[in-house]
Amino acid sequence: MARYVVKRLILAVVTIFIVCAITFFAMNAIPGGPFNAEKAPSPEVQKVLEKRYNLDKPVGTQFVLYMRNVFRGDFGVSLKTGRDIADILWTSFKISAKLGGMAAVVAIICGIVLGSIAALMRNKWPDRVIIFFSTLATATPSFVLATLLLLVFCIKLGWIPVWSAESNNYVLPVISLSVYPMAYITRLTKTSMLDALGQDYVRTAKAKGVSPKKVIFKHALRNALIPVLTYVGPMIAFIITGSLVVENIFTIGGLGSKFVSGITNRDYPIIMATTMFLAVLMIVFNLLTDIIYKVVDPRITFE
Amino acid sequence: MSVEENKMPKRSPFSAQIDLAKFELATEEEKRQQDVMSESTTFLKDGMRRLRKNPLAMGSIVVLVLILLLIIIAPRVVPYTYSGIITVDGVRDKSAKNLAPFTYSKLEQKYIDEGGEVFPHILGTDEMCRDYFMRVIYGTRVSLFVGLFASVLVLIIGVLYGSISGYAGGRVDMFMMRVVDIIYSLPDLLMVILLSVVLSQVITFQPGSLMAKLGSNMVSLFIVFGLLYWVGMARLVRGQILSIKENEYVLAAQSIGAKSGRIIKRHILPNCISVIIISTALQIPSAIFTESFLSFVGLGVQAPMPSLGSLANSARDGLQSYPYKLVFPAVMICLIVLAFNLLGDGLRDAFDPKLKD
Repeated sequence: MARYVVKRLILAVVTIFIVCAITFFAMNAIPGGPFNAEKAPSPEVQKVLEKRYNLDKPVGTQFVLYMRNVFRGDFGVSLKTGRDIADILWTSFKISAKLGGMAAVVAIICGIVLGSIAALMRNKWPDRVIIFFSTLATATPSFVLATLLLLVFCIKLGWIPVWSAESNNYVLPVISLSVYPMAYITRLTKTSMLDALGQDYVRTAKAKGVSPKKVIFKHALRNALIPVLTYVGPMIAFIITGSLVVENIFTIGGLGSKFVSGITNRDYPIIMATTMFLAVLMIVFNLLTDIIYKVVDPRITFE
Repeated sequence: MSVEENKMPKRSPFSAQIDLAKFELATEEEKRQQDVMSESTTFLKDGMRRLRKNPLAMGSIVVLVLILLLIIIAPRVVPYTYSGIITVDGVRDKSAKNLAPFTYSKLEQKYIDEGGEVFPHILGTDEMCRDYFMRVIYGTRVSLFVGLFASVLVLIIGVLYGSISGYAGGRVDMFMMRVVDIIYSLPDLLMVILLSVVLSQVITFQPGSLMAKLGSNMVSLFIVFGLLYWVGMARLVRGQILSIKENEYVLAAQSIGAKSGRIIKRHILPNCISVIIISTALQIPSAIFTESFLSFVGLGVQAPMPSLGSLANSARDGLQSYPYKLVFPAVMICLIVLAFNLLGDGLRDAFDPKLKD
């Protein structure tokens, strides 16, 4: 167990380092420095600025300096607005975390419930309906769904106000982010639930006269949920990348829309900081999922 | 059979011979019923038989073939191009902006009234007076091309890497798999976006070449796919090879001095072909998804070349007035991805029942 955790931790640290290195050196490979704007400062001023931002040093040293600053919580400043990036990251992260967290909870709860219903009513109409819609949902990109929801409920029907400073309605963004993972979890739960229901211990429990409710919740569902647990890591990754476009569509000022507007504005420090931040977040969640998975299921060996 | 043959030989009174006259001849059909052995079949035939029984998979094939026919035939029938402004009688028609499906602009109407013929705009026109149907058709072409090409790229790199790693075993395998582990745990879409941003700035092409037409964004997308997405395939192939190479026929081949490359090519890869096919079929929709996502963020194909994602993105501007412009490319993406997903599932069930998740 300890060996496994250490191994995964080392892998995670190496991955995080590589992500940071790729981000940094990739951004450095782009031709043109940050001071090549339309109003280029005079060479003397430029020299002072370069010294101030350590741009006169070799790239390797710059990387070390940048990483040291990042560890201190200093991501530099945005090229476009001149604001402190750590500040921007923090304020927008709070919004994104709320949105993503809600989407994750909705996806997990609804997915498990629907999947269990589908498994328990196998080949009856609820099963067919659920599987039909979850198959359809896994083929719909989240940006398509988000735009359609926006069109129907905000513009045509006017039931839900468009996102603004006054009205923060999370319903539509949460739906558009959670539908895909929900469909996936539904299918996952259905297969593993069917698998669990066919096990000997379920038959034994039924034979002993345990109530059907108890059999389902205590014996079948608990075991069926283990495969679902493995999906939590990828789900977080999906929600994070999905939020890039969904936030943009609903004009929510979260991390995702900061990232996308950073891309369109070619605001490299922002792109760098958000990539690193989100990547570390995904890697950490993957690590946690893997470890929890092994802890929860004692049948899994640690090799 | 003639009666002659069934004539009884002369029977001695003590013979234990059966009196054939008391028996009836079996008809051909009855004989066939006694056949316990089924017809001998090849792996491919057997799989295809199972696939043919799967209505969802067959339906998907039909849908994909229809889409394929549509994108091949439509450009030959419809007289418009994806990038050109509509012309009426050789004159650029600037009034044909944002037409609804099957309507004509003033200029075109006048021309029709004068007896001219104008091909209808099946899906209307876009804000730059281009025929929208053709744009959707070409967008589908681009998206399908990207999906197929990226999957082939993943296939080649993944199979090569996985088979070398699995066959070599030992330290080489360990090192190669650590590399895979690291790439596998990279957040792929973020890296794709990042590298697309960078590569599109760094690479330039000679104007006029196919690469330039696709745009540096697309080329960087392929590069990124080639760099990051092959790891799943490599893992799969390696796992298969690890178990296959323990078979006696591999040992036999080794003992008569066959080279490693030959053993991999002739004895091992054909045995894991089903896994490779299935995973490629499932790779295509994910590549199309990724491409449409990038196009939507603005990192996709170079304008005026459309892709389904970029069409959906540009439809957002006039969403209130022209919602159908979003619906057509969106439905197309869903249809293609759905068809490939179902086909992939069907292939998996047909060719490798063990692989079910």
